[in-house]
Amino acid sequence: MIEYHENKEIIARRIARFFHGGEVVNLGIGLPTLVANFIPKDKTVILQSENGLIGLGPAPEPGKAHKDLTNAGFMPVTILPGGAFFDSATSFGIIRGGHVDYTVLGVLEVDQEGNLANYKIPGRMVPGMGGAMDLVAGSRIVIAATTHCEKSGASKLKRRCTLPLTAAKEVDIVVTDVGYFKVEGGVFVLKEWFEPYTPEWIKEHTDADIVLAPDCRKAEL
Amino acid sequence: MTEKRVISAAEAAKLVKEGMTVHVGGFLGCGSPDSVIAALAEQGTTNLVLVCNDTAVLDQKGGRISGVAPLVANRQFRKVIVSHIGTNPETQRQMNAGETEVELVPQGTLAERVRAAGFGLGGILTPTGVGTEVEQGKQKISLSGKDYLLETALSGDVALVKAKKADKAGNLVYSMTARNFNPLMATACPVVIAEVEELVEIGGLDPDEVHTPSIFVTYLVQSESGRPS
Repeated sequence: MIEYHENKEIIARRIARFFHGGEVVNLGIGLPTLVANFIPKDKTVILQSENGLIGLGPAPEPGKAHKDLTNAGFMPVTILPGGAFFDSATSFGIIRGGHVDYTVLGVLEVDQEGNLANYKIPGRMVPGMGGAMDLVAGSRIVIAATTHCEKSGASKLKRRCTLPLTAAKEVDIVVTDVGYFKVEGGVFVLKEWFEPYTPEWIKEHTDADIVLAPDCRKAEL
Repeated sequence: MTEKRVISAAEAAKLVKEGMTVHVGGFLGCGSPDSVIAALAEQGTTNLVLVCNDTAVLDQKGGRISGVAPLVANRQFRKVIVSHIGTNPETQRQMNAGETEVELVPQGTLAERVRAAGFGLGGILTPTGVGTEVEQGKQKISLSGKDYLLETALSGDVALVKAKKADKAGNLVYSMTARNFNPLMATACPVVIAEVEELVEIGGLDPDEVHTPSIFVTYLVQSESGRPS
């Protein structure tokens, strides 16, 4: 009997492995931000922040925050040597123009058609889409990062999203704390599973169609 | 070059009249014209329409308030056209209570609608929002097999922007991520009020470093807050 325990770190750790160096990556607020902690120091990944910079660095040392240098979540950040600032039109030109290789976003629901809902629960929570709709529509590869189950135990991966969509059919990859999936041909293709979970457990606890990839394997994380 | 009039924040606020559409720069309060916003809150003008990235931060428990949030708290807006209200629960409360109309626009689309207004375009075509609620009521145009939404230009009456530095002609230089929507807002309204931290003589800026050329700017205001920390 395997019991589900939320594990955000494993999600961030696995997503960081997609990057080999040289990619332009936008990390969303929350769980996706953790990915930066697991990018190996010897790999140069160019982080873009939609409020107007590339070359996003780590949080400043205490007392070194500058009021004019924040990320898209209004947290103080730093910029790395070689970075650049630009206005919002340029920032979203970079995003829609296909100059961002990967965008990593949080999820309310993601479905097997690649539809993503993450900006609104009608009548309950309406924060607005911010830059998410442009990021999902414009980035070359969209990675949805999410815990596999809600606190209630319900699957966040769905056959069909019920919430208003952030974008239709744009999600390429889903990484949860039980495995890594590709969205292909209207199903979730399981590429890797994370211990202690098994493909059987994942199929049983996902409210969507799951197919095992021919090279499906246990991830060494 | 002619010098622009340097006015006080209170005089700037007087240029904003009831019912006007006001474009405000800033991103969650980073790069917001805080002195002019404070004067406008003091003045209390209502029935305004806001065009801004967001309604900034209003965290009463944490005692954190930024950007246009004081104007939201004062209920000075009839409508807000923004990409995000998640950090200002008062906007959400007003929306649910039917007190304030909220039009949510994807951030990149908002930037382009404002830019289009300032750059003489009727609108723009964007793939963002296709297949979502955002496409409702909009014309969809297919080009080379790809669908785009026709998003119309979004002009206003007065723009309030914030720059780090200006010369007296009104050329503006922004600082780091405080640039964000400011250069776009500065193009889209007939009256543009630039709040600046540092004001230098004409000739004191290298023309190569200017982000917003002086011709876009109508008035300058010396910032009373938000000096470099």
